[in-house]
Parts: sequence; C-alpha cells; structure tokens
Amino acid sequence: MATWKKLIVPIVITPILLLLAYGFKTNPRQVPSPLVGNSAPPFALSSFDGGTTGLEQLRGTAIVLNFWASWCFPACFEEAPALEAAWRAYKDRGVMVLGVDIQDREADAKAFIERFKLSFPNGPDPQGRMSIDYGVYGVPETFFINREGTIHYKHVGALTKQMLQGKIEEML
Amino acid sequence: MISTLGRFTMALALGIALYGAIVSILGARRRKPALIESGRGAVFAVFGLATFAVLLMEAALVGRDFSIQYVARNASLGTPLLYTVIAMWGALEGSILLWIWILAFMSLLAVVIEGKRNREAMPYATGVLLSISAFFLFLAAFPANPFTAIFPPPADGRGPNPLLQNHPLMAIHPPCLYAGYVGWSVPYAFAMAALMTGRLGEEWIRTVRRWSIVAWGFLTVGVILGGWWSYEVLGWGGYWAWDPVENASLLPWLTGTAFLHSIMIQERRKMLKVWNLALIITTFALTIFGTFLTRSGILSSVHAFSESTIGPLFLAFIGVILLVSFGFLVYRSDGLKAEGDLDSLVSRETAFLMNNLLLLGFAFAVLLGTLFPLISEAVRGVKVSVGEPFFNKVNVPIGLVLIFLMAIGPLIAWRRASLDSLRRNFSLPLLLAFLGTGVSSILGVRGLYPLLAFSLAMFAAATVIQEFARGVRARRQISGEGYLTALSNLTRRSRRRYGGLIVHLGVVLVVIGITASTVFRLEKEVSLKRGESMHLGRYQVRFDDLTAWQEAHRFVVQGTFTVLNANRQVAEMRPSKRFYPSEQQPIGTVDVRSTPREDLYLILSSFTQDGASATLKVLIRPLVMWIWIGGAVMALGALVAIWPDRRVLAAEPVKERVAWQPGRS
Amino acid sequence: MRRTLLSLLIVGVVGVWLRPAVGVGLEEQTQLLAAELRCPVCQNLSVGDSPSEMANQMRELVREKLKNGESPEQIRAYFVSRYGEWILLAPKRQGFNWVAWLLPFGAILGGVGVIGFVVRRSVSKSRAPREGPLPPLDPRYASRLQAELKEWGQ
Repeated sequence: MATWKKLIVPIVITPILLLLAYGFKTNPRQVPSPLVGNSAPPFALSSFDGGTTGLEQLRGTAIVLNFWASWCFPACFEEAPALEAAWRAYKDRGVMVLGVDIQDREADAKAFIERFKLSFPNGPDPQGRMSIDYGVYGVPETFFINREGTIHYKHVGALTKQMLQGKIEEML
Repeated sequence: MISTLGRFTMALALGIALYGAIVSILGARRRKPALIESGRGAVFAVFGLATFAVLLMEAALVGRDFSIQYVARNASLGTPLLYTVIAMWGALEGSILLWIWILAFMSLLAVVIEGKRNREAMPYATGVLLSISAFFLFLAAFPANPFTAIFPPPADGRGPNPLLQNHPLMAIHPPCLYAGYVGWSVPYAFAMAALMTGRLGEEWIRTVRRWSIVAWGFLTVGVILGGWWSYEVLGWGGYWAWDPVENASLLPWLTGTAFLHSIMIQERRKMLKVWNLALIITTFALTIFGTFLTRSGILSSVHAFSESTIGPLFLAFIGVILLVSFGFLVYRSDGLKAEGDLDSLVSRETAFLMNNLLLLGFAFAVLLGTLFPLISEAVRGVKVSVGEPFFNKVNVPIGLVLIFLMAIGPLIAWRRASLDSLRRNFSLPLLLAFLGTGVSSILGVRGLYPLLAFSLAMFAAATVIQEFARGVRARRQISGEGYLTALSNLTRRSRRRYGGLIVHLGVVLVVIGITASTVFRLEKEVSLKRGESMHLGRYQVRFDDLTAWQEAHRFVVQGTFTVLNANRQVAEMRPSKRFYPSEQQPIGTVDVRSTPREDLYLILSSFTQDGASATLKVLIRPLVMWIWIGGAVMALGALVAIWPDRRVLAAEPVKERVAWQPGRS
Repeated sequence: MRRTLLSLLIVGVVGVWLRPAVGVGLEEQTQLLAAELRCPVCQNLSVGDSPSEMANQMRELVREKLKNGESPEQIRAYFVSRYGEWILLAPKRQGFNWVAWLLPFGAILGGVGVIGFVVRRSVSKSRAPREGPLPPLDPRYASRLQAELKEWGQ
C-alpha cells in the first residue's frame, strides 16, 4: 500500500484532536481586555449621595474601580465586604475605592450599599456609557488604576481580601 | 432506594453491553452461532435495562424524590407536571440517559428488522452498536451518573432552567434531535460491518440507506424544531444565530444529505464505495462531535450544559472513532475499487458529485467558522468572534449554487444527458423561473442574492412539479386513471424518486421562507405610554395595559397590546417578562401572531415600575411559517421514500462481488 | 445548458442593477452597525438582535456616535479598543483571519478541479477499448458453458 495512504489518516486527524484538546485549556467566557497597560478612559461619576468624582481629580491617587450590580448574586455579595475593608485600610495611604452600579435600580442599589455598609463613593451608570467605555461585559469587574492614570490590572469576578491587598500594594 | 437501584442498573447494563459486543464479534469471526445469539440477547437485555432506568428516573422526578441529586437540581415542588417529566433530558446526566435509551431502542429495531436480511453483517453491526452503547453507559455509570444520591436531601429542588420550562416544544425538540443523531449509529455499524465482512452489495446498500433516511428525517425535524424553539422561546426575533451547537446539528445533516445522494451512484454504477463509507463515518463522528461541544465547555453557546469533566472522555471517544474507522477504511481500500466507470461529463452522476462537493464545502465553512475562535486563539493568542455576518457572507453563495443543482439534478439523465433531453427538460422550468424573477422584482425584491434565491427556488419547484406532472400524464395515458389515483400509484411505484422530489419541494419552501423573512424584515423599537400607539408596516400597535401576578414558580409581568390594521382590530397580544427565583435576569416571553403571509412579533423590552410606560420592540417577518411548513414537507418526503413496499423481491440477487473473505485477511 | 446560463446571467444583471438603495437613514445605519457588533453579555447574538439592557445601551451609544458624525469605521475601532477584536461578529479581514474567509472557497474550487480530473479519467477509461485478457471465467460457468456448447454442437 502506498505510503501516503498509510499516513493520511493520522496526519489529518491528529491536528484536529489536538486543537479540540487545546480548547479545554481556554475559557471562552474570559476575554482579555485591551485596556490593560493603557491610560484609563476618563469618567465623571455622580455618586448616590451627591457629589461627583472625576478621573482627572484623582491624578496621583491609586484607584480601585469596581463595577457591580445589586442583582449580581453571589459574586458581588461576596466581594463587597472585602472592598469595604480594603477602603478602610488604605484610604489614608492615597488609594481611592469607587463603585459603579450598572443596569440597576436606585432603590435596589441603595439597599445593597446599606446592607454592606459601604462607605466609599458609589454611583450609577445610567446609560452604560462608563461600563462600555471600560469594556465591561459582566459583573463584577474591577480595574486597578495606578497613580499615573494607567490601568495596572483588570479582574473579572469576585475579589478576595488577599487579591485586593496584593494588587493595591503593587500600585503603591 | 431508587438511587441504588438506578446505579446498579447502569452498571449492569454496561457490563452486558461490553459482554455482548465482545461476544458478537467473536462469534462472527469464529462462526459460533451460540455466541452470536448471546450477543443478540445482550441487545434485548440492554434495552430492557435502559427502559427500566428511564422509568426509574421519571418515577423519581414525578415523585419529587429530592434524595437524588439530579431531581434536586432539575425539579421542584412548584414545577408543573409536563416540565417535570421532560426535565429528564433537561440537564447533562439525564440527556445521556435519553441518548442511551434511544440507542438501545434503535439497536433493538436494527437487530429485529435487519437480522434476517443481513445474516453475515448483523453480528458485526451488533458488536459495534453495543460498543457505542457501552461508551455512553460508561459515562452514565461513572462520571455522569444520573442516580447519584445527595445527602441530606433538600426540602425543595431548584427546578429546571427557566428557558426549558417556558414552552412545550422542549418536549419534542431534544428527543427528535437525539433520534436524528443516534439514528446514524446504525448505518455506521453496518459500514463497519462491511469493512469487516467485505460485503457491500445491494442488500447492504438498501439497509444502510433505509436507516440513513430515518436518521436524516429525524435530524431534519430536530433542526427545524430547534429553529422554531429559538424563535418562539429565546425571543430575539430570529430562528438561527449560528450558535456553535446549532452549527453542530447542521453538520451531520449536510454530510448525511451528501451521502443520501452519492449512495445512488454506488447503487447504479458500483462506484464511490470508499467515498460513501467515509461519508457515513464522518456523519456519525459529527453526531458525537455535536454532543461533545455541548458538554466540553470549549466554545460558549446557548446550549452549553454546565462544564463538566466528561469533555475529555468524549474527545477520546471521537479520536478512537476517527482513527480506527478511517484507519480500517484505508486498510481495506484496495479491495473497494470501483467496478464501473462514468460515461459522460454531462450526467446526473456528475451533478451528484458537485452536490456532494458543495454540501461538504458548506459543512467545511460552518465547521471552520465554528472552530475559528479556538484556532485564532491557538495561533495568534487573540480571541475573535465568528457569527452571523461571517456565516451569511460565506454560506449564502454556496447555498445558492446548491439550490441550482437541486433544480437541474432531476432534469439531467443518468449516464449521459443528450442536448435534446436537456432542451426538453429545461424549457418549462426555466420559463417559470424567469417569470418568478419578474414577479419578485415587481414585489420589491432587490439585490443579487435575494433575486437569485427566489428564481432558483422557483426553478427547483417547477422542476419538481414538471416531474410529477409528466409521471401522472404518462400513467393516465396508459391506464386512464383519475389524477389523484395516478398520483398515488405513481408515487407508490417509485417511492424513493418521488419522496426525494417532495423533499426538494420542502427545501424550496424553507429557502423562500428564509429569504423573504430576511429581505422583507421590518423592525422598530419604541417607548409607549398607556394608550399610545406606534405603527410598523400595515399595523398599528397600541399599548393598553400592564399587569403583574405571582404564579407558583414565577412572577409574571405582562403587557397587553392591541393590534390594528387600517383601524380594524386584528389581535390582542401579550408579551411578558417572567421572573424566576433562581435567575438573576428575567426571561422574556414573546407573543407572535403567525399567518402564512407574515409573522407579527412583539417583544416586551422593558417597563416602568408603575406600569405607565413600556418599551416595545415590534418585528414583521413575512413567510416565516413557510419555513416550518417546508420542514414538515421534507419530513413527509422522507416518510414517503422509506415507506415499505409490500412487493416481494422477484429473484435472488446475483451473487455480489465480494471484496475479500473474512478470516483470511 | 446555454439557455440556463444565459438566463442566470440576465437575472444577475437585473439583480445588480436593482440593487437596494443603501440605507442612509440614522435608524438603518444604526441597525447595520449593531448587526456587526457582538452583544458582550449574550451567547453569539448581535447587539442589534439582543434584547438585553447592555445591548440597548450599546445601540444608543452607536446612534449617538452616528449623530455626532462619526464614521462606522471609527465606531467599530472604538469598540475594538475597549473590548478587543472579540466584539466584532465577523473576523476582520486581515492577516490570519483571511484563512477563515478564503479557505472554504479555495477548498471548493480545488474540489471542482479534482472532480473534473476524476470524471474525465473515468470517462476516458470507459471509452477506451478493452485491452488485454478478459478476467478468468468462474469454473462453475465454465463447465456449464462446455456442456451447452457440446449440446449446440450436436
């Protein structure tokens, strides 16, 4: 039998199997953000209790920008205490924690803030402009913006205290 | 108790399947009838055990036995009975149980129906079928056991995924689709048997074709029902999103259709033996590939069952199937050379070869597009998306050429088509196609692809009608029967041919439906206050009311809209949003008013808390109903083609050329 | 065959001539662009088709950007800069992505060539006069043939 005939079957089929096997290592739901390493898009967040915070004002401060929603269970519920703790620990060391509430209702958002006693500024994103500007595709997502205004790291999913601490320390 | 019983049943069935597979093949090779009988018995036993397992699971579901993990996850006290019963196939483990049962049933049918006619091949085929069953039983006995117990049993279950309890279609779409997938196991088993016995004669072709048409028919209905489900239940206004799992159901359909055509060449000219075997193997492998995609988590899809560990097992199974089957085929290929030759370039044989090429090209485009995000990530490290814009741009031209082939295929003679015959056959359909094009452009169709689609569809329809008309006329000239009698006798005499033509007619309806609903689609999204109206096309839609109430298993907010046409009330429609306790986002339920002319489709996008205003999206899509009707016509054609003749076969078939003798290779 | 091709040609010319007027309205342009963007929170749906809130917001943004005079290319580039290439529902026609767009057609064209070659070879084989010895006669028939020839001979 001709050599090519003997080899054709494994030669054609093996790459396909390898490709599919490679698929097990990837996660189709994790999309890497092109913003990491670039300047953070400017924003002006009006918080629930009045007052506006803009990116320009915060030049020189490290920012933890957290996108959340009151219906995002269980992830946002898990990370809210960690965020509050991080805020309290680092607010005098030049770190700002900001929460952006997306696709939500004001009453539900305020109830969420009340439930976890969040003392850092939280504001709505009524038309989604800010979340689109940051390439947000789910909640929760957190951006770590360093003092020069560059996005240092983006985290998708709930944050733990250790992770928060680690990333904030990296920025200081 | 049910848990232990169920787990034992699965393990026992696995053991018997393995035993039966080994014993069947051994018995066939060593010519020991006792072993073969035992293998046959194993098929019956596996079916019995599978039926018992299904009944057990249903008993657990209906009895709300939450001590079983599957029931706790997929049923709840508040879920209505119908959705509790069909929850059996709503999640991973149960769907594997359904697959096992359908496979066991089809294996049983194959053994009973084909046993006498295919004495030499049957034990080999039985062995292959039991091996496939063994794989799925292995999954059900170990990693994906539906009867796993949970301790302590919860007070109430989570209930099925809300998308799966929104519409009774969930009762028929999965079983139908699975029957379509599983059905291809039988042709595959006989194909492997042919490689083992060396026999590929008339009886083998008849057997394989019979089961292929059955599998194809179920697969067609399953795919069309999937589109219907997407349209009515997912509620985004479309019926096909080129989602990876939708694509995966289309792939075996395409290769299966190619096979149903090229097998005719083998039947008449004893050519393409290797090609046809390769097509059967590919189709079967693609059916497993489809279930692999849903369960592996490598591509994101609407259908993805939760990611599980059985992905690698499926991949290994596919790898074994491909390497062993194709390896065997290549090994035997020398004995499978063509016994005939082609007579002319212009012939139906060539048209069928082109048909095969284009169907496989279409399938290749779909497969490439589906896997390209993975390929791109592997090669460039960059994630890309491949969705509707890509598939439409690539597949539509290929599809148009396919419709052209479908139109001319029946008009070109076998072996050699003379210019005269071409002229005679083509004139009337061409003329009608021309007229059709004219009518289409008057009706407002613009653009090359839509015009071509309509013209070619009409060309194909004219061909089918011409063939029927000629046949009826010829019969009446001889026998003087009435039209209907002539028609039914004509069809009965040549079921495959006329059944096939009916299928072509069904395809024409589907193509016209898809083209019209895409090209003439109208949509508008507007916020309305109570009493306000909006208009789209011929209709005015007025927002009347917004009501809300609590049901046992969900909270419903429903909008009432009155639809008017020239100030005359046409309908009252009620799209809603349903809030399920286990879901973060509400599930929208659309309301569709379907007529043969067009569908009016209402989506309740959002509403204010006080019910004073609502945002409504309205779609008008003409001729959508033609798609569903076309699907039914295709299934009807398959039924006609496969309906058994009561004719007794005249004489013993001539001893077919045997490629090699078993036991002496 | 000639007539078929001629009629198809006519249909083609008519079709191209009657090309649909390119939608200039804001709504149509928004719909066209929205159909090319992937809804980030859905499974494989476009921003145009998706009923989700995020898709609504993205549609609004596209509409506003178009109103401000941005070109479709600029708007696409904006979304790609925020989400990555993944946000486009069809791979951009550049570099490696050409594989996806061209390989199917290449394969089909290649297939046409293969079919042409195979068919021609088969046709010429059937036309060639049978050369060489005929395949050996099955011995059962051979003895019967002898017997019948003897009968005829009588």
